[in-house]
Amino acid sequence: MIESFSELFLSRYNYWMAIILMLIGLYALIAKQNLVKKIIGLNIFQTAIFLFYISFAEVRGGTAPIYTAEGISALYVNPLPHVLILTAIVVGVSVTAVALSLIVRIYEEYGVIDEDELMQVVRKR
Amino acid sequence: MKVKALIAVLFIGIILFWAVEDMPAFGDPDAPATQYTGQLYVDAVLPDIGIDNIVTAILASYRGFDTLGEVVVIFTAGISVALLLRRGGRL
Amino acid sequence: MMENVVIRTVSRLAVPFIQIFALYVIVHGASGAGGGFQGGVVFAASFILMIIAFGTANVRRRIDNRGIMWLSVIGITIYAGIGFLALLMAGNFLEYAAIEAVLGIPHLHGILIDLVEAGIGIAVMAAMVSIIYDISGNGEESS
Repeated sequence: MIESFSELFLSRYNYWMAIILMLIGLYALIAKQNLVKKIIGLNIFQTAIFLFYISFAEVRGGTAPIYTAEGISALYVNPLPHVLILTAIVVGVSVTAVALSLIVRIYEEYGVIDEDELMQVVRKR
Repeated sequence: MKVKALIAVLFIGIILFWAVEDMPAFGDPDAPATQYTGQLYVDAVLPDIGIDNIVTAILASYRGFDTLGEVVVIFTAGISVALLLRRGGRL
Repeated sequence: MMENVVIRTVSRLAVPFIQIFALYVIVHGASGAGGGFQGGVVFAASFILMIIAFGTANVRRRIDNRGIMWLSVIGITIYAGIGFLALLMAGNFLEYAAIEAVLGIPHLHGILIDLVEAGIGIAVMAAMVSIIYDISGNGEESS
């Protein structure tokens, strides 16, 4: 159980920052009508997840996970989240590229990038 | 619409804020993820593979199949963008 | 494209250094901070700088869409080829230890990981440059 204010807020500030960033991205994803702004929201959301993973890999006083002269006895940060996020960043870039090119095609076809206007134009055809 | 979105986002936020107290503190050396799996990889890479960069060792050796899929994903993204935006001529 | 002497001169100076740094990052994947994904993306960044400074048509004259696609396929083939090489040496797919045991060369494991990283770097660089060409070029075909 959490006893004090500082234990909840100050020693876990990485989670608070990741959650706030994630909520900003989620809000942009839900509330914005412009499709490009939705993609920006998706990217902010992704960045929050990356920040969350990388911050819980941190060990106080640990070095980067590359063997130093001391070998396995030295203190390293957890390498596994770094690997997962390295691959997740690549997937994020791919998703962003495909989404942006889909938006370009939608704009060429219908002339709008606003979600509601797009639905109206689609229904009118 | 904006108010509904704000309510939904705040609801999710409250649930997540509630969950934070169960997480280990920032930089805690006794966190479960660091204690077991992370330490296992740090101990195993040097005798198993013998290269210095632990992240590369996991990426290319233990999770090599995953990384191959990753490269195929980005290749597929390149092909998809080419199919969507490039017209006339060959791929 | 707007003529801007400062941007063109600075990018002409910077691009070789960016590309050498990208190769350094790819080659140092096994022994230091680096790897195929990072180096490939840095290499693609040098292409973005060239496109901003000199225009898409000038960069495409150096390597066109077909060449970039071939590079991407070559990168994946290097990676998957090493995997099938391990199958050929009676191991599992991508089991580097099997290749090391059959060929009997010491430290082959690290060399194979470097080769795999080079394949990843080539594939990521080519895919990124292909995406940049398509998004920046208004969809025209130049090759």
